[in-house]
Amino acid sequence: MSLHATHRDAGKVTVVDLSGRITLGDGSALLRKTIRGLLEDQRKMIVLNLADVDYIDSSGIGELVSGFTAVKNQSGDLKLLHLTKKVKDLLQITKLYTVFDVFTEESAALRSFN
Amino acid sequence: MTLETQVESVNLAEEMCLRVAEAAGFGEDDCYRIGMSVREGVINAFHYGNEERPEKKIYLAVDLTAEKMIIHVLDEGVGFKLIDVPDPLAEENLLSTSGRGIFLMRAFMDEFDVVSGRTGGAEIVMSKKLPTGSESPNGQWGRNATRQQEEQG
Repeated sequence: MSLHATHRDAGKVTVVDLSGRITLGDGSALLRKTIRGLLEDQRKMIVLNLADVDYIDSSGIGELVSGFTAVKNQSGDLKLLHLTKKVKDLLQITKLYTVFDVFTEESAALRSFN
Repeated sequence: MTLETQVESVNLAEEMCLRVAEAAGFGEDDCYRIGMSVREGVINAFHYGNEERPEKKIYLAVDLTAEKMIIHVLDEGVGFKLIDVPDPLAEENLLSTSGRGIFLMRAFMDEFDVVSGRTGGAEIVMSKKLPTGSESPNGQWGRNATRQQEEQG
């Protein structure tokens, strides 16, 4: 299953709803394109909703980190929402769970930008 | 099985090994770990070993013994030593955008090693113990049967 991405604005925050797999190739490329596009539009407060992402490989992890760094470098922030168990486990064993702000409720994720 | 040095080979290798793992009786979680490890092994061969050069090949083989499923991924690069691979959990590497594949294979498989392959490139050898009570591999999947089938293919 390839990756699909749509985004919606919630005030100054943009929520990106992702579904599918973030893996080497099209999945990672789409995530990169989406985040870079938001930054070009000056949307620097981003929540990635990963509720429907059940698979990420090392390339996808790299793209998440790359996006996180790119947003931070522009004085923005990128946070994660609704991790599936596999994705949460993956971020925990790679110690990235402590790097990203992770939320289980969208309202709390949005409030965290205030 | 001989794979082209292209992105599509990663999915192909994963799907093939998942079919073998499921037939060998591995549960969903172990299949996920095996599939991910195969992906990472082939990504490593594609990106680092063969440097994404399409004239080079990736060789994938699966052995099923009475005790475990063994996966070999061989590239046509110059090889590498595990000791030279940076630790992705080190503070200075946490925000690196690459370098987690070896770590994931080590974490998800029971045994993992990198040896010098017959091509001169790196050969990843990793294995997972068969689940208790799974069908004997000497039946449908005889010792080395899968590897022989793949090599014939």
